[in-house]
Order: sequence, then C-alpha cells, then structure tokens
Amino acid sequence: MLDLTPDEWVAIHLSLRIAVVATLVALPFGLAIAWLLARRNFWGKALLDGVVHLPLVLPPVVTGYLLLISFGRRGPIGAFLAETFGIVFAFRWTGAALACGVMGFPLLVRAIRLSIEAIDRRLEDAAATLGANRGWLFATVTLPLALPGVIAGMVLCFAKALGEFGATITFVSNIPGETQTISAAIYTYTNVPGGDAPAGRLVLVAIAISLVALIISEWFARRAGTRFHGE
Amino acid sequence: MLAVDVEKRLGDFSIAAAFAAADGVTALFGASGSGKTSIVNMIAGLLTPDRGRIQFGDSVLFDSKAGVNVPAHRRDIGYVFQEGRLFPHLNVAANLDYGRWMRGRPRDRAATARVVDLLGIGHLMKRRPGALSGGERQRVAIGRALLMQPRLLLLDEPLASLDGARKREILPYLVRLRDEGGIPMIYVSHHAPELRRIATAVVLLEGGRVAACGGLDVLTAATAELTMR
Repeated sequence: MLDLTPDEWVAIHLSLRIAVVATLVALPFGLAIAWLLARRNFWGKALLDGVVHLPLVLPPVVTGYLLLISFGRRGPIGAFLAETFGIVFAFRWTGAALACGVMGFPLLVRAIRLSIEAIDRRLEDAAATLGANRGWLFATVTLPLALPGVIAGMVLCFAKALGEFGATITFVSNIPGETQTISAAIYTYTNVPGGDAPAGRLVLVAIAISLVALIISEWFARRAGTRFHGE
Repeated sequence: MLAVDVEKRLGDFSIAAAFAAADGVTALFGASGSGKTSIVNMIAGLLTPDRGRIQFGDSVLFDSKAGVNVPAHRRDIGYVFQEGRLFPHLNVAANLDYGRWMRGRPRDRAATARVVDLLGIGHLMKRRPGALSGGERQRVAIGRALLMQPRLLLLDEPLASLDGARKREILPYLVRLRDEGGIPMIYVSHHAPELRRIATAVVLLEGGRVAACGGLDVLTAATAELTMR
C-alpha cells in the first residue's frame, strides 16, 4: 500500500530512534524533578518550575538557538562534553534527541507531577512505619501508584519528540540520514517540485505512529487503573 | 516500657502530654480532638514534637535536647491506622509481607501462618484491598503491622470505621493478640465499652493534656463525668 523509498525509511527510522532515546533519557530526570516539585518545598522551587516549563511557552526557534549556543561545538557545555566524554551534539542525531527531549520535558514532568500529587500521602506514611526508607518508599509505593501518569507523560513526551521541528532544525539543521526527522523531511519535500507524494506518504506514517502510541498508552493506563480495583 | 513526654503546637491547638506505658494494652482515651492521634503519630515518628522525649526500653526515639530523632522507618513500631491504609496496588499476601521485605528479614513461614490463622485471613491472600470488606481490610492491616515483628504496636481507632457486627468480629482477635502475642500496645479510642474489653491501663486525654492515668477505673470515672455533663 505505502511504497516508501529508502530515503523515507531512513527519516522514519531516525525519527523513531530520536523520539525513543529522547523519552527514555528524559524519564529519570523527569521523575526526579516531578517528585521534587510534588513533594518538597525548597528555595527556588518556583524558578525550577518556570525553567522546566519554559520550552512549552518559548518559540521553539528560541529554545533551539539557546541549545545551539550552549550545547553547540563552541558552546560552553557542548565543548566540555565533547572534550571530557566525547559526546557531540552539534549536527548529530544525538543533538536532535536532546532538542526533542527538552521540548517534551515539560509535558513529561507535568503528567508525572500531577499523578504523584494525587497519591494519598498517608500510604507513604504507612510504608515508612513498615520500615521503608525514602528510596524504597518511592520504588514500591509512589512509583507504582503514579504509573498511569508516568506512562501518559512518556507518551506525550514521545509524541512531542516525534513532531518536534523548530528547535531541532535550529540546533542541528536538516541533514538527511543524521538529523532529518519525519517532520523535517515533510518540510523539505513540500519545498521541492514533485514532493507532494513523498510528503503525503510521510504524513500518513506520522498519523499512524501517533495513533499507535495513543492506543498503547490507553491500554497501559487502563491496565494500571484496573489493578487497583480488585481482581 | 514506653515513656512519652512531648509538646507540640498545631495551629490553635497545643499538646503537652507525659505518660508511661507498661506492657499490656495502654488505652489513649478521650473525645475526638483531644490529641490522641497526634500523640500516636509522634510515637511512630510521623509527626515531630516541638520539644520533649520519647523512649522505648533502652532506646531513645526522640529527644529534642540531645537532638535525637529516629526516622519512622527505623523505629520498629507497628501502626494500625483507622482506615487500614493497605497498599492498593499489592495483593493481601504482598501487603502482609511488605514489612519483612523492607527490613530485609528472612521469610518466616511459621510466623506468617500463625498470624494469618489468628486473624482468619488465609482465604484472602490473592485479593487486592479494593476487593475486601471493611472488616477484612482492617484484619489484614493488623496482620501487616504484626508481621513486621514490631517491638510496640500502635492502634489508632482500629474499629472506628466498622459497624457493630464487624467490631464484634475483630475485637476477639485483638484480645487474643494481647493474651498470646506479648507485644505491648497503645490503643487509641473514644469508645469506652471497647476499651473495657481490651485495655489493661488507661491514659485519659483532654484538650491535649493528660487528665488522668491508671487502670480501667479511669474509664468509669471519665464516662460518669461525661454522662453528668
């Protein structure tokens, strides 16, 4: 039915890889910050909350530009990471994953934070009296009870990463096979003569991936939900 | 032997209470709002006193002067909450096993069997708390606190959420526990008839202060006074 060219397959494969890596790498940071925002009071909490949510309200081009000047080859963080760990973001797929992760991060944190706030803290008190220290308490009570929200956040982050365009193209450009995701490929095809057919095919693929992600997350959330209500 | 001497301000309400509890079942008795639950929470380590000292046997659990405050998870004190507070994502067997698991102790099948048998909850093991009745839930909560093998058991109105029939169903288990288990218990209630069956000593609380301490006769005097009013 869909006769995709090798170039289109490359873009699809790259998009999926970038979105999956962005979501998985963002997850531990998202859990930690969501927990801090939901459960702790500390100096600068409002500031942290604001910085986390900034990519949601800033123009994506601005976020991309900020990433470029800080994580680019000559950026302070980029130069440091390249020299000490050999991790290069500039014009690589890893940079695209970073941009997508940053853009999806507020959605991830928001969903997890809300689900942690909804947990009855008295259950955590009960776990403490039974001998659970803070780490075990999080792993055995907080995290399992927040799971529907964690999954929802991951799907939102994945979807955002898959569709991200502005920050990615500003930060790592639009290089086929390296940083050209589905969105960037569609944009490129719509700017060349005869690009309507490949653009259309990629649009259908993007719709299909998004639908599948939604259905999977619904299924997970429902399963996690029913676990709490009897057999 | 538990020795409590604590002060705590909670908004407009303040607690300043000192009492000692020997082995057996010590009742904290008083009207709602007399500070019973707050005191029990301070013993458990869930609420930090402003000032004072809490000692169990040789171990100091809290001492504001010495700067000691043992965290709840290291106090070895079992707590049966009014609303059970079973973990909804774990089945009954995992709820019962939680304390042993968190404390990294070996599985003791004989101890589990004894408690499960005492409370009559063997047929519930595979169920989740959402599928239990109020009485069953409370029995599992008692079992969960017992199976962590605490050195002291706190029970905060363990029967309050139950109707008369369920109360009569659970009370005998607690009396058996008192007579067989040998674990000292602090039993919070505002219901004198319930305490007459279970308590061996009574601490009467009024407005965050200890109004009287003693045997079951304290209950009689207190209830007579309440009726007089």
